[in-house]
Amino acid sequence: MSLALLQEAATNFGPIAAIGAGLAAIGGGIGVGKIGGAAMEAMARQPEMQGKLQGSAIVLIAFIEAVALFGVVVSFLVAG
Amino acid sequence: MQFNTFKTLLLSLFLCVSVSVYASDKETKEEKPFDTKELIFHHIKDSHSFHIAGDLSIPLPVILWTNNGLVMFLSNEFHHDVDGKVIVEKKGQKFVNLHEKIYQLNEGATTVEFDAEHHATNAARTLDFSITKNVFSMFLSMFAILFIFLIAARSYKKSTNGLPTGVGKFMEPIILFIRDEVAIPNIGEHKYKKYMPFLLTLFFFIWLNNIFGLIPFFPFSSNLSGNIAFTMTLAVITFFITLFSSKKHYWKHMLWMPGLPVPMKIFLAPIEFMGMFIKPMALMIRLFANITAGHIIVLSLISLTFIFQNYIVGMGSVVFVVFISVIEVLVVAIQAYIFTMLSALYFGQALEEEH
Repeated sequence: MSLALLQEAATNFGPIAAIGAGLAAIGGGIGVGKIGGAAMEAMARQPEMQGKLQGSAIVLIAFIEAVALFGVVVSFLVAG
Repeated sequence: MQFNTFKTLLLSLFLCVSVSVYASDKETKEEKPFDTKELIFHHIKDSHSFHIAGDLSIPLPVILWTNNGLVMFLSNEFHHDVDGKVIVEKKGQKFVNLHEKIYQLNEGATTVEFDAEHHATNAARTLDFSITKNVFSMFLSMFAILFIFLIAARSYKKSTNGLPTGVGKFMEPIILFIRDEVAIPNIGEHKYKKYMPFLLTLFFFIWLNNIFGLIPFFPFSSNLSGNIAFTMTLAVITFFITLFSSKKHYWKHMLWMPGLPVPMKIFLAPIEFMGMFIKPMALMIRLFANITAGHIIVLSLISLTFIFQNYIVGMGSVVFVVFISVIEVLVVAIQAYIFTMLSALYFGQALEEEH
């Protein structure tokens, strides 16, 4: 079973691409977590700024998420 | 009156659902190994026929421009074949459907021949203007936007006190949001008006297409905004508007950054120049990847049921699909907002004056 998997991995980049997509997701997760934490803290310190902070946090999260998704797209292309 | 039209719409939507459920009940049971990858790619790819449920699908017109002129026929002449086995002959030319792409056979060829990598060796693509599933979906959303905005505009015209009613009342805060939160802060008080039509069109077009992609039954359900050609077109329009509205300041900051030592200027110029192209490219990939990823997650979770064939996993996956769908409703709005906001930001950068 595992030998067959290894043989398949040697000719087919699918499993390796999946690992790559997973690593990209880890990076995205760290980024979103940091932004979310900082935005929460800022909102707790200055509740009157909540609207503005929420807006910019969402935009920043979209940037980070895009980087993670670039990884997913590249792994798609490699896995073909 | 308006309420009645709404009720009719709801009723027709409900009928759509029940018809599709009925159709899938009648599905013939074939024992085939379940292929998740094929299922997912079948759903996120463009296609020449609109699959509804089971064996039910609507053929869409194939429109080709060949050496002998325009060729038109319905895609059901291929009998659902996507491997190039069924050959359709029109105006003395032979056409095959290879994985939802129409190829024209070369002179004298009778069957498609493949090389080792499964590329056709004796067939070539022609100019293809077919109404595919995605094009059909785009027409649908165009008419929906036209319909919504004409009604909204009429409600302003009819009102005596300048306040809109019905659809207009619903649309006004969204339009004002784009104006006050997106256009004015990024482009500036004096110049934003010229860009408002484009930004509003962009926002509502992307948003509506995203929402149509989330609705899983017949006239909707195509993955239009998860198609890279679609997002590329929108990004290229943004890119050209940025270029055409650019001022001297923009080019100066890109090519010869003021206030820096000369070696740094030489070092920065190519990076900034590449940035000009990378910005719209990032816009393109962001929307494409977000929407495609959303579709793939939902389909993978549904596929879990068929992989495990087990009640508990089935119930769990349904719960997860509902959860992801709720998040997706948020994500599609945010992606439309981000695309619009970044476009406005780029226009604002291009318009910046010396100060």
